[in-house]
Amino acid sequence: MAVQDVSAADARGAAVLAARGLTRSYRMGEVEVHALRGVDLDLFDGEFVVILGPSGSGKSTLLNLLGGLDIPSAGTLAYRGKTMDWSDAALTAYRRDQVGFVFQFYNLIPSLTARENVLLVTEISKSPMPAELALELVGLGDRLDHFPSQMSGGEQQRVAIARAIAKRPDLLLCDEPTGALDIKTGRVVLEVLDRIHRELRTTTAIITHNSAIAAMADRVLTIGDGLVVHVDHNARRVGAAELAW
Amino acid sequence: MVSALDRKLLRDLRHLKGQLLAIVLLVTCGVTTFVGSMTMWRSIMRSQQDYYERYRFADVFASLRRAPETVARRLAAIPGVAEVQTRVVADAALEMPGFPEPVTARFVSIPCCGPPALNRFHIRAGRTIAPGADSEVVVSEGFATAHRLRTGDRVTAVIQGRKQSFSVVGIGLSPEFVYEIRPGDLMPDDKHFGILWTSRRQLEAAGDMEGAFNDVAARLEPGASEPEVLVAFDRELGRYGGLGAFLRKDQVSNRFLSDEIRQLKANAVVVPSIFLGVAAFLLNVIFTRLVSTQREQIATLKALGYSNLATGFHYAKLVALVAMLGTALGVLGGIWMSHAMTGIYAQYYRLPQYFVELPWRETVIACALSTTAAALGVFGAMRKVVRLPPAQAMRPEPPASFHPSWLERLGVDRVASAAGRMILRNVGRRPVRFALSSLGIGFAIAILVVGWFFFDALDFIVDYQFRNVQRDDAMVTFNVPLSRDAVGELRRTRGVLRAEPFRAVPVKLRSRHVTYRTALLGVDPSGELRRIIDYDTGPAQVPPEGVLLTSKLAEILRVHPGDTVTAEALEGRRPVREVLVSGTVAELMGVSAYMSLPAIHRLMDEGPSASGAFVSIDPDLERPVYARLMSMPAVSGVTLRTAALASFTGTSAEYMLFFASILVGFAWVIAAGIVYNSARVSLAERERELATMRVIGMTWIEVWLILIGELALQVLAAIPVGCLVGWGFAHLAASSVESDLYRIPVVILPSTYATSVAVVVAAAIAVGIVIRRRLRHLDMVAVLKSKE
Repeated sequence: MAVQDVSAADARGAAVLAARGLTRSYRMGEVEVHALRGVDLDLFDGEFVVILGPSGSGKSTLLNLLGGLDIPSAGTLAYRGKTMDWSDAALTAYRRDQVGFVFQFYNLIPSLTARENVLLVTEISKSPMPAELALELVGLGDRLDHFPSQMSGGEQQRVAIARAIAKRPDLLLCDEPTGALDIKTGRVVLEVLDRIHRELRTTTAIITHNSAIAAMADRVLTIGDGLVVHVDHNARRVGAAELAW
Repeated sequence: MVSALDRKLLRDLRHLKGQLLAIVLLVTCGVTTFVGSMTMWRSIMRSQQDYYERYRFADVFASLRRAPETVARRLAAIPGVAEVQTRVVADAALEMPGFPEPVTARFVSIPCCGPPALNRFHIRAGRTIAPGADSEVVVSEGFATAHRLRTGDRVTAVIQGRKQSFSVVGIGLSPEFVYEIRPGDLMPDDKHFGILWTSRRQLEAAGDMEGAFNDVAARLEPGASEPEVLVAFDRELGRYGGLGAFLRKDQVSNRFLSDEIRQLKANAVVVPSIFLGVAAFLLNVIFTRLVSTQREQIATLKALGYSNLATGFHYAKLVALVAMLGTALGVLGGIWMSHAMTGIYAQYYRLPQYFVELPWRETVIACALSTTAAALGVFGAMRKVVRLPPAQAMRPEPPASFHPSWLERLGVDRVASAAGRMILRNVGRRPVRFALSSLGIGFAIAILVVGWFFFDALDFIVDYQFRNVQRDDAMVTFNVPLSRDAVGELRRTRGVLRAEPFRAVPVKLRSRHVTYRTALLGVDPSGELRRIIDYDTGPAQVPPEGVLLTSKLAEILRVHPGDTVTAEALEGRRPVREVLVSGTVAELMGVSAYMSLPAIHRLMDEGPSASGAFVSIDPDLERPVYARLMSMPAVSGVTLRTAALASFTGTSAEYMLFFASILVGFAWVIAAGIVYNSARVSLAERERELATMRVIGMTWIEVWLILIGELALQVLAAIPVGCLVGWGFAHLAASSVESDLYRIPVVILPSTYATSVAVVVAAAIAVGIVIRRRLRHLDMVAVLKSKE
C-alpha cells in the first residue's frame, strides 16, 4: 500500500521539493528493473529527513531523482514550486546551484587533495564558503593537503560532506553516507551531518538501510518495493552521539 | 590561480605519464616525418628555382657535330628565342696522379670575356678564368672534392689525342650540372667523372673547332611555343649533325633533380600520411579507452554541477597538451631530419645553397591533424558517458550481456580452461575494440615491414643490376662508331679476357604524338657480359628483328608488342624507319630499347660497326688494362661496374636507407606504445575483476596470464593483418618513388616479415613484464572495499 505524505503541506509551509508519481525503471543487462513505482513526497525547508529501506527498495533511485542525477520514467518533481525541466542544462544548473550530494563511496577525485576537491565545487558556485571553512566544519582543518589515498574512509566521507556543503546548498542529499564505514567512524560522520544541519539549517535527506539512524530525523520515510510504505514523525530528534546502533 | 579542475589535469598528466608519453612519441613520429620531408621538399624546390633563375639556366639545349658560328644568328632569329649561347664541348681522358682507374671529364667552353649569357657557374672557391689564359680550368665541385683538388693544382688531360696540362684556378657549380653525371649513366660518379670549364679558344684549338660550335643553349621568350622552337632548331642543326634539340625538362641533371623533388614530395605525402594516419588512429583508440577508465570521475564532476561543456573542455585540454607537445617535439625532429637529409642531398645535388625555412604551414596542419584525431577519440568516449544520467554513469558499467562467443560456438572452448574462456568471452564482448587494438598493433608491424622492405629492395636491385644484368667489368665507349676491328684490338689487349661489341644510336622514338629521346642499344644476341633480364620472369632474348622495349618505355610511348614505333636516328645518314615492337622487358633501371646487332646495322644501313664494347678484365692486370684503354685515342670513356655499384649504394641507397632507418625506429615506438597502452587500460578497467580473482585464491601469475592472454590474442590477430597491410604500404611506397630512371620492385623477404613480427612480439613481451610488476602490487583489499 502506498502512503501519501502530502496532507501536512500547509502546516509546514512550502515544500522545497515536491514529487508526484515518480516512477523509474531501467534495464540492468537483460533484466527490466522497476526501481520506483509512483512515489509522492515533499521535503520541507530546514527539515532533516531519513529515508529508510532495505537494499533494492528503490531508495537510492529516489535520491538520485531528487538530486537531478537521474531522469524519471514518469511523474513530476517540483523544486520550490517550479516543475523540474529534465534537460541536461537545467539539471546541471540545479545540481550546481541547489544540491549538495554525499555518496556512499565518497566519489572524491583521487588526483586532488581534500582542499582541491572542495575547491572543485566552490569555484563554480555563486556564494560558496571558503574551502578551508567547509573542511573546518567537518573537522578536517588539519588535513587540507592530503590526497584521498592518504585518508581513512571516514575522513574521505567528511571531505565529501565538506564538498557538498561548501556551496551552501538548498538541499543536502546523502546516499548511505555511513554505508561503507564502521560504526565508530559512521557515528562521527553522522555527528558532522547533524551539527551542520543545526548550524546551517540546510534541508537534509539521508537514505540508509540502518534504522538506528532514523532517530536523528524530524521525519522518517520508509520505502519498500519502489513505494513509500510508512511515514513517522519524531517528536524529539536524537543527537548522533546518542544513537543506539 | 590554477583551478581545481586544472590541477586534476596536471595530476592526471603526471599519473598517466607512461601512457601519455607513448602517445606524445607517436605524434612526434608522425609529425617528424611529415615536417621533415615537407621541409626538405620545399627547401630543395626553392633552392632549385632560385638557382636556375639567378644563374640563367637555359630552356633549350642541343648538341651537334660541328656548325659554323654564323648558324648561331639564325638560331637567335627563330621566333620565341630570346638568347642563344654557343659552346664547344669535348670529352677527354684525365690523368690523375695516384689514381690508376680511368677518369674522364667533360670540358665545357666559356666565352673569352665576361660570364656566359646562359648556364653561368657559381664560383665556390678561387676565381674564374682570366681573359686570354688558355691553360686555366674551373673544376666542378664534386670532382674537386673526390680528388681533393685545390686552386693551384694541375691536371693533365688528353683531348682528341693531345695531352695538355691545366692549372686549377677555381672550384665551380653550374645549374646544368647540379647532378654531375656522365651522359648515359644513372648515378654520379665523382671519382671517375667531372666537369671542367676552360676557355673557348683552348677547346676550339684542341678539337678543330675554330669559328665553330658543337653545343648550344637558348633561353626562350615568355609564351614561346616550345614544340615549334624544337622543330626549328632541328631543322637548322640537322645538316650539322644535330642530335635533336630538347627542353629543360629533358636536360639530364634537371631531370634527375626534378624527379628527386617529385619523389620527395611523394615521400612527404605518402609515408607521413601513413604515419600520421596511424598515429591519429592510435590516438583515437587510446583516448577512447583512457576516457572510459575515467567514467566515474566524469559522472562525479557532472553530479557536482559541471556542465558537459566544462567536462569536455577539461579533457580537450589534456588532448591539446599531448598533441601540442608531440607536435612541438615533431617539429624539432623534422627540422633535425631536414638538416640531416640536406646533408645527404648536398653531396649529390650540388646547389650553391639550400634554403631551409621553418615549416609553419606544415606545423599547423600536423598539429590540427593530431589534435583532431585525439579529440575525436575523446569525444566519442565522452559522449557515451555524458549521455547517461550521472547516477547511472557513477555506477560501474552494468555487467555486459555475456554470451558464449563465436569462438566458443566454433568449439574452441572445449580446449580452453575457465581462464581461457574468460579471455575468449572478453574478446567476444568487445569485438570492435579488440579489432581496433589489433589493427593498431598490425600497423606497427606494417610500418616495420615497409621500413625494412627498402633494404630488401635495394639488395635485390644491387643483385639484379650489378650481378645479373651487368657482368662486364667495364664499358668502353668510342669517340665515334668504329669498325669491328677496334673491338678486335681491345680483345687483343693483354689482360682483357673478353670484349663484346655494342652499337648505341641516339634516336627519337615516336608513337603517334609521344616522342622520347633515347639510345637504341644494339647488342650481340650471343653476348654474355650484358644480359637483358626481366626482374619478374628472368632472362629475355634480343629478337632477331624489331626492338625490345623496357616496359616503362612502352608505357611512356603507349605501345604494346606487335605495334610499330618510328625511330629517327640522330647520327650517320639519319634514317627514319618504322620498327616493330617485338616485346617488352621489365627492367629496374633507366629506359632502354634493345635490338640485335645485325638488326641495328640494317636499320642504320651500315656495315658491322661498334660504338664501344663491354669488356671483362683479368683482376690481376686491371691497372695496365686501364692505362692502355685510356691511352687509345678512339676511346672516349670507360665506365667501371664496381664504380657504378659504389655510386649507386652511395646515392639513392644512402638516402633511402636513412629514411627507412627512421621508419624502423618509429615503428618500435609505435609497437611498444600501443601494446603498453592497451595493457595499461585493460589493467585499469579490470582491476576489480582481477582483484576478485586474487581474493578467491588465484595466484598472481594465473591472474597475469588472463590479462596477458587477451593481449596475446590481440598480437596474434595483428600478425596476418600487419603483414598484409605492410605489403600494401610497400606497394604504395614503391609506386610513389617510381620514375623513368629507376623502379623499386616490391620484394619483401620472409625474414623481413619475420623480423617485423618478432619486434612487435618482443615489445609485447616487454610490456607483459612491466604489467606483471604492477599486478603484483595490486592492492586487492583497497580495490574491493571502495566500489560496489
